[in-house]
Amino acid sequence: MPEITPTAHRRAIASAGLCLVLLVVLSLGIGVEDLSFSGADGAMPLADLLSISRLPRTLAAVLAGAGLAVAGQIMQTLTRNRFVEPSTAGTAQSAALGILIVTLFLPSADLGLKALVASGCALAGTAVFLATAHRLPPEQPYLVPLFGLVYGGVVGAAVTYVAWQNDLLQYLDIWMNGEFSGVLKGRYELLWIAVLVVAAAIFFADRLTIMALGEAQATSLGLDYRRMTQIGLVLVSVMSALSVVVVGLIPFVGLVVPNLVSRLSGDNLRGTLPQVALGGAILVTGCDILGRLIRFPYEIPVGTVMGVAGPGIFLWFILRERRDA
Amino acid sequence: MIEIKSVSLVREGQRVLDAIDLSLPKGGITALVGPNGAGKSTLLSLAARLLPLQAGSITIDGLPVSSTPGKVLARKLAILRQDSGPPPRVSVREMVGFGRFPHSGGRMTAEDREMVAQALDRFELTDLASRSLDRLSGGQRQRVMVAMTYAQGSDYILLDEPLNNLDMYHARKLMIELRRLADETGRTIVIVLHDINHAAASADRIIAMKDGRIAADGTPEKIMRTEVLEAIYGFPVEVVDAGGMRLALQYARSGQPRDQARPS
Ligand SMILES: Nc1ncnc2c1ncn2[C@@H]1O[C@H](COP(=O)(O)OP(=O)(O)OP(=O)(O)O)[C@@H](O)[C@H]1O
Ligand SMILES: [Mg+2]
Repeated sequence: MPEITPTAHRRAIASAGLCLVLLVVLSLGIGVEDLSFSGADGAMPLADLLSISRLPRTLAAVLAGAGLAVAGQIMQTLTRNRFVEPSTAGTAQSAALGILIVTLFLPSADLGLKALVASGCALAGTAVFLATAHRLPPEQPYLVPLFGLVYGGVVGAAVTYVAWQNDLLQYLDIWMNGEFSGVLKGRYELLWIAVLVVAAAIFFADRLTIMALGEAQATSLGLDYRRMTQIGLVLVSVMSALSVVVVGLIPFVGLVVPNLVSRLSGDNLRGTLPQVALGGAILVTGCDILGRLIRFPYEIPVGTVMGVAGPGIFLWFILRERRDA
Repeated sequence: MIEIKSVSLVREGQRVLDAIDLSLPKGGITALVGPNGAGKSTLLSLAARLLPLQAGSITIDGLPVSSTPGKVLARKLAILRQDSGPPPRVSVREMVGFGRFPHSGGRMTAEDREMVAQALDRFELTDLASRSLDRLSGGQRQRVMVAMTYAQGSDYILLDEPLNNLDMYHARKLMIELRRLADETGRTIVIVLHDINHAAASADRIIAMKDGRIAADGTPEKIMRTEVLEAIYGFPVEVVDAGGMRLALQYARSGQPRDQARPS
């Protein structure tokens, strides 16, 4: 890999930004209702259609994608393992448990309260995962994602059981399968917190990079490792919980994007975190567009599209790199 | 001064360090030698607060390592560990730059950059500066880690087997650079070595550890004797005088009596 200079980072950010702008325009233009300026024949006027449905939907995809990719990157830094992300570490499942609890005991709670409780549960669930992951032998890096899958599965099963007992399975389906079709003005604004999460991650980028060198190396460089772990945990949990509450679980973004960016641009997060955020936004917006086009005028949920596209892109990239090597 | 007072450590039910008392005055090179598992790395890790103390105390210039803020200590003391883990995908220059983190907090000043350039130059890494760390050879990577430790610019430098993977040229070069550092800038260097001849040639003092205790402590002249080395390593090491230098001949040689390597 040739040296990744600041110029190379800037170029990557610029082209990713351009790509995202194109996708956003495309996303705004796609829908059952044709965009027309007249608003004739009872069709919704352009401005309303855009501001009530298409724009919120597109923004939700951009925000969730950027936030989830960054959350995945942080998760990988915390575990020092490239093969984990919030949806395979019990974070998303714990968040769903939180929403379930609120729905059971306080059915009238608004999105904000749901997000808060979900974040708290995600935090607790992820802390348990992390504590266990740190005890696994580092010589066997595959144990961490494996444990994450099992752990996520167990929490997920508990959530399903409780939901089934209380006749809430149809809600569970909404939380566990990411979808943007229900996103309307007034129902997605919490996702703007993703901007804060991304900004905080970029603010801590240098410290996160040092953290990725391992606890001993980071400590000898004077980093407060425990404190950074706590900060990272909060960022990951809040982001995952928000995404589950507002649009439902979107798998693989947090796994695929940081790995691709690492291969293309290296591991110095100061330069790569903006690329991770943009990459996540591109991937989720792109998958949402695909989901709307494949069976037009019907929709395929973004979570489903991602479930196929995410691993597909990942495999293609790894195999391509092996051929080049 | 590094002051180690009655430090003991038990790991997994096994006594790894046994009431170590040691005081390393400022300046000079101290070589730490001894068999595998003697506790050398453990002692360095404790001094660099990478392991929590169980008993006893360690202070660096009077600052107790157990309670001094990490950032303060990071400017006083740098450590190169024996095993630095999988290499990240960053360039050599970036990696050496991470050594400036205790000073820059990530925002490198002109002074930080100058220090990085100097570290690259000193350890002959300038030509590799743009290469990614995960594409280097083992010895090249080791030199990057040494340069990073140096770039931290601390008064005390602890190096755990820095000669690992280094070829003859670079091993010699590193020892020369360390000597210069100690002599010209007054750094205090503690270095774990398995090559006793490097230790004898460059260090001011050799401390031998065995089974978690100090087995011998003194100038190279005092340590480089067959009976002292035998007590440490468990076999008679022939020591010869070569051009005014004490040289241990620990090598297995064909055509020589085998009893050299195993007493009766
Ligand atoms: N993580 C660990 N857990 C339990 N015991 C350990 C651990 N690391 C080291 N030990 C034990 O502590 C003792 C001292 O180990 P240490 O690494 O300090 O030896 P050393 O003198 O550095 O040896 P070497 O020359 O092989 O590097 C050994 O008996 C070892 O088995
Ligand atoms: Mg050791």
